[in-house]
Amino acid sequence: MPSMPVFIDKLFSAPESPTPFRTMVRKEVGDHIRSWRFITMLLLIVLTFIGSMYISLSNIRKVVTEINDPDHVYVYLKLLTTAGNGMPAFHIFISFLGPLLGIALGFDAINSEQNSGTLMRLLAQPVYRDNILLAKFYAALLVVSTMFLSLVLLMIGGGLLITGVSMEAAELLRILAFVVISVVYVGFWLSLAICLSVRFRHAATSALTAIGIWLFFTVFYQLIVNMLMAAILPDPAYLDPAQVNAFNNLILSLLRVAPSQLYTDAATTLLMPSIRSLGPLSMEQMAGAIPAPLSFGNSLMIVWPQVTGLIAATLVFFALTYYLFMRKEIRH
Amino acid sequence: MENPIIQLEGLTKYYGKVKAVDNLHLSINKGEIFGLLGPNGAGKTTTILMMLGLSDPNAGQATVCGINATRNPIAVKRKVGYMPDNAGFYDNLTALENLQYIGRLNGIGEKEIEARAHQTMEMVGLSDALHKKTSAYSRGMKQRLGLADLLIREPEVMILDEPTLGIDPSGIRDFLELIHRLSRQQGLTVLLSSHHLHHVQQICDRVGIFVEGKLLVQGDINTLSGELFGKESFEVAVTVREALPAGDGLKAAVQAIPGVIGVQASGHTMDISCSSDITPDLVRFFVRQGLNVTGVQRKEYGLDEIYQRFFENNPKKVSA
Repeated sequence: MPSMPVFIDKLFSAPESPTPFRTMVRKEVGDHIRSWRFITMLLLIVLTFIGSMYISLSNIRKVVTEINDPDHVYVYLKLLTTAGNGMPAFHIFISFLGPLLGIALGFDAINSEQNSGTLMRLLAQPVYRDNILLAKFYAALLVVSTMFLSLVLLMIGGGLLITGVSMEAAELLRILAFVVISVVYVGFWLSLAICLSVRFRHAATSALTAIGIWLFFTVFYQLIVNMLMAAILPDPAYLDPAQVNAFNNLILSLLRVAPSQLYTDAATTLLMPSIRSLGPLSMEQMAGAIPAPLSFGNSLMIVWPQVTGLIAATLVFFALTYYLFMRKEIRH
Repeated sequence: MENPIIQLEGLTKYYGKVKAVDNLHLSINKGEIFGLLGPNGAGKTTTILMMLGLSDPNAGQATVCGINATRNPIAVKRKVGYMPDNAGFYDNLTALENLQYIGRLNGIGEKEIEARAHQTMEMVGLSDALHKKTSAYSRGMKQRLGLADLLIREPEVMILDEPTLGIDPSGIRDFLELIHRLSRQQGLTVLLSSHHLHHVQQICDRVGIFVEGKLLVQGDINTLSGELFGKESFEVAVTVREALPAGDGLKAAVQAIPGVIGVQASGHTMDISCSSDITPDLVRFFVRQGLNVTGVQRKEYGLDEIYQRFFENNPKKVSA
C-alpha cells in the first residue's frame, strides 16, 4: 500500500507553517504542562484518583457479588463509584476539584499577559483578536481532557489486569460520557475564570473572585436554599402529598442552579445505570417498575437537562468573555 | 509628499467624553524617520493603535501601506512592526523561543525562523544572549530584543512607542543610532513617539508636535523653529556677575536698542530676543553700562525651546 506511509507522515508531522491559532494553542499547552500550578493540580487529582481506586478495588469483591443491586454486573462503573472508609467516590472529588482546576488554568489567562506587556505585542502580530481567547480556552480544555481521558483509560486498563472481567460496550460509553461531562464541567469554571481574567486587571483579584464564586456554590448556596425553604415552607403535615411533591421539586430546581449539583446529578446517573429519576417519584410511578439498570440512551435522557444546562452556562460565560475582550480598549 | 506610506485623514477618537485624538491629518513618506512628540497623555499611543487597527477611530481614516487599518487590520499588521512601550516577553522562554513564537505567528517557515533569529539578534547586538531567558534581560536588552522582534518579521514600517523610556543615556544613544542605521540600510519607514525631545532630535527627519490630541506643527526642526518663533529667531542670554539692578530702567534701555524685540530679566540673566544677530552690540551696551558680563550665550533652538515656547504661548494647556 504505497499511500499508507504518506498518510501516517501527514498524521504525525506538523505542517510547514501552522496557522497562528495552532501556534498559540501549542504554546499555551506547553505553558500549562510546564507550570507548577498545573503540576500541583495534576498531582492532587492523581492522588485522589489512586485513593478512590484503591478503596473501590479493595471493596470490589463485596460490591459485585451483591445480587440485590441491579448495577452489580458493571464492574468498571463500580470501580468508579464505590466509596468506603470515609473516602468519597472519584466523581464526588471531581465535583469540587474540577472547579479548582478550571480556575487554576484560567484565572490569569488574559490579565497576566496584559500586565507583562505581552498582550499588546501579541495583538500587534497578524492574528485575530478572538483567536487569542479561543486558543487559551481550547488549550486548557485540551490539557484537561487529555488528563481525564488518560486517568480513566488507566483505570480501565488496570481494572482489566486486576479483575480480568471483560468490559461491556455500554460501560465504555458511560465512562466516556462521564469524561465528556467532567470536561464540560471544568470548562464551565474555566470560561468563568477567563471571563474574570478579562474583567479584572489583577490576577489576584480574578483568582479570589473565582474562588469566592466557587465557595459560594459549594458551601453556602445549599445552606441558603435550605434555610430559605425552611422559613417559607408551611408545615408538611398540613399539605397533601401533591403539594409536598411540588415543594420538593422546587427545592431541587433551586439547588440545580449550582453547577456542582448539575455535575453530580449527571455523573451519578451516568455511572449508576439503575438511577431512574433525579427527583422524587410517587408510588404510582414506581408501581410495576422492575429494579433493573437503564440503557445508556435512557440514562442520557434523564441527565440531558443537566448536560444542556452545563453546556449553556459554559457558553454564556464564553460569550460574555468574548464580548468583553473584543470591546476592550486594550490600553486601559 | 509624493509617496506617503502612512496617511491619516481627520482621525478622531473619544474615550468617553474625552477627545484623545482630534481631527488628525498626517502623512509620512517611505523611508522617513518621523518623530511623534508630545507630553504624556497627548494621544500618541492612541494614534499609533489606530494606525494598527487595534483601536477603532470615531471618525476619519488611517491608511497604512495603502490599506485601511480599521477595515483590514490583519493585512496592515503583516506589514507593520509595532513595539509597544514597555514591551514584555514571555519570561519563561528564552529570547530565541520568544522570537520563534513571533515568527511562527507570522507564518515564517520553521527553518527560516532560526536563521532569521540569529541574524536579527546579531544586528541588535544580542547574539550572546540568544539562549538566555528573557527574565534575566535588562531593560536596555529588552528594548533591543523588541527591535529584533520587529526585524524578524521584515516589516515595511516600524512603529516604536517610547523606545527610549527607561534606558540609560548612553544606551539611548546606541539604541537610536541602531534604529537610524537599520532604517537607512533597509529603507524602513520609522515612526517613533517620545516625550524626550533630545533623543528624537538626533535621528528624526521630521517631527510632529502633538498636544491634547492635536498635531500643532510638523516639519524638520529648522522649519519648526521658524514657524513657532516667527521673526524673533535669535535669542541671546547675557549673564552678569552682580544681580541686575531692580526697576525697568535697564530693560527699557535694552529695548531701545535697534533690532531688539523682547527682553526678559531674572536674577543675573537677561534674555533678549532680536530680529537679527546683534550680540556684539548687546555686549558693548552692557559693558558701557558698567555691568560685569560673565557670560553671553546665543541660543540655538532645539526641540526643548520649541516645546517650552509652545507652552509659554498656551499656558492653559500646560495644566491639562
